[in-house]
Amino acid sequence: MRNSLRLLAGLALAGWLILPILPLFGWSVARGWRFPDLLPDRVTAEAWSFALSPQSGVLQSFGITTLIASATTLLAILIGLPAGRALGLYRFRGRGLVLLLLFGPALLPGIAVVFGLHGILLRAGLAGSIPGVILAHLVPVLPYATLVLAAVFARFDPAYEDQARSLGATRWQAFRSVTLPTILPGLMTAALFAFLVSWSQYLLTLSIGAGRVQTLPLLLFSFASAGRNDISAAIALLYILPGLLIVAVTARRITGRGAALTERLHP
Amino acid sequence: MLAPALLVLGGLFLTGLGLTLLRSFRYMPALGLTEPDLAAYAAILTAPGFLKSLGLSLWIATASTLIAALLALAAALLLRQTFPGRALISFLVQANLTIPHIVGAIGILYLFSQSGSFARLAHAAGLISGPQDFPALTHDPWAIGIILLYVWKELPFITLILLANMQTLGEDHESVARTLGATRWQAFRHVLLPMLMPGLLAASTLVFAFAFGAYEVPLVLGAHAPKALPVLAWQASTDTDLAARPEAMAMAIVIAAVGLALLAVYARMLTKGPANAQ
Repeated sequence: MRNSLRLLAGLALAGWLILPILPLFGWSVARGWRFPDLLPDRVTAEAWSFALSPQSGVLQSFGITTLIASATTLLAILIGLPAGRALGLYRFRGRGLVLLLLFGPALLPGIAVVFGLHGILLRAGLAGSIPGVILAHLVPVLPYATLVLAAVFARFDPAYEDQARSLGATRWQAFRSVTLPTILPGLMTAALFAFLVSWSQYLLTLSIGAGRVQTLPLLLFSFASAGRNDISAAIALLYILPGLLIVAVTARRITGRGAALTERLHP
Repeated sequence: MLAPALLVLGGLFLTGLGLTLLRSFRYMPALGLTEPDLAAYAAILTAPGFLKSLGLSLWIATASTLIAALLALAAALLLRQTFPGRALISFLVQANLTIPHIVGAIGILYLFSQSGSFARLAHAAGLISGPQDFPALTHDPWAIGIILLYVWKELPFITLILLANMQTLGEDHESVARTLGATRWQAFRHVLLPMLMPGLLAASTLVFAFAFGAYEVPLVLGAHAPKALPVLAWQASTDTDLAARPEAMAMAIVIAAVGLALLAVYARMLTKGPANAQ
């Protein structure tokens, strides 16, 4: 009895979780799907072939979104690695203030900073450019990467580095052959999820890109607001693909001891 | 070691916030405005749209957070047990986390709009004769579609945090209570729930902040009027009338003030609740 109740609750939860994705599959292959038809007139691959053709600009947007997310992630890891190490390993004066600054972008909505940010990047000549959008994406992505890396370093014992150093390794050698292999699993997960935080940004790209940087979510909205449900659905499915792949790769690690890594993920 | 990160966040986040603040006081030397004043704040406070939008955004955030937190608590308790299909649900919970909000919002629109999947099912069942008979669940004054989206999107987020917390707590405390004669409900209510509370509150604060300040979700699912506050602020910022710009900045500052209050609450919880994983 208790077991079948659990199964039922589990089914309800699973159903609710996939429900909003289901119409996307239907619409992406539909042709002339008017109210009140339960099924489309015709099932076609037209929306998909348009979405994948050069004139729709979808693949180009996919490339731009990938480029921006990759560059943002690389910068966030390079900057966040030393910061995460300092926060994870050491207690120092002002640590609380630094943490406060890192939590700031998670709790202050993007709309609160985006106008001022646009002013700064405009003055720097970066508004409307891909480098400007990358810098803007660092505002949510860098704190995320830093906090995850701090959690990774909190489990790291620096005594191993000292041993390597006392055996004659340079600082770089100690990092390269002792520290890096130890933190690599956590570092990879941090990087993959940092990528997703940038991948799902909307407002920052809209504002800083000033209409000249067309990432996938912006293109998706322009098709959706034009009422092209079929093409929007195809773009939406393409857009969620990398995230699903990343979960498929990291799922085991996340359910295990790395659960804390997902905690800060809030794209 | 911290310098580069502080430089980036100080230079972009804090300076961006500061510049927004200056402009909200109508201090814009480039436009010849060098006398800061509170006119923009006075303007938005006397315009009826602003207070309605603020109220709507607070309603969206409160309702979404409460419903998502309650359901997440139930989901976490369920996923702690073993039952057939648990692995699949765990995967779905994690997969949902990676789906951008705008995709979920479009999915909710296709499901719940007046010509969406559920309206068609209602028509097939003979419950309605046309789209106009189906209750307005999207673009509606109560923001039901927006709340549905946040419940869908944030339930897995809170669930994962609760599951991570449960993992570090273990089941020992509850079994002790049970051997001391507590019922299952008592063990949950007086032992497990208090231990989960810091994590639940911290996660709920993040969800509240997001639901209050997100732009793209009410853009897709929101009513024409009143608009959610972030949409109203963005619209004012792109107004061709330059005088509306400081009003956009003032609205952004009001949103930031709500965010700062949440940050203060969050920081307090983090320092008080050691059970909270960082």
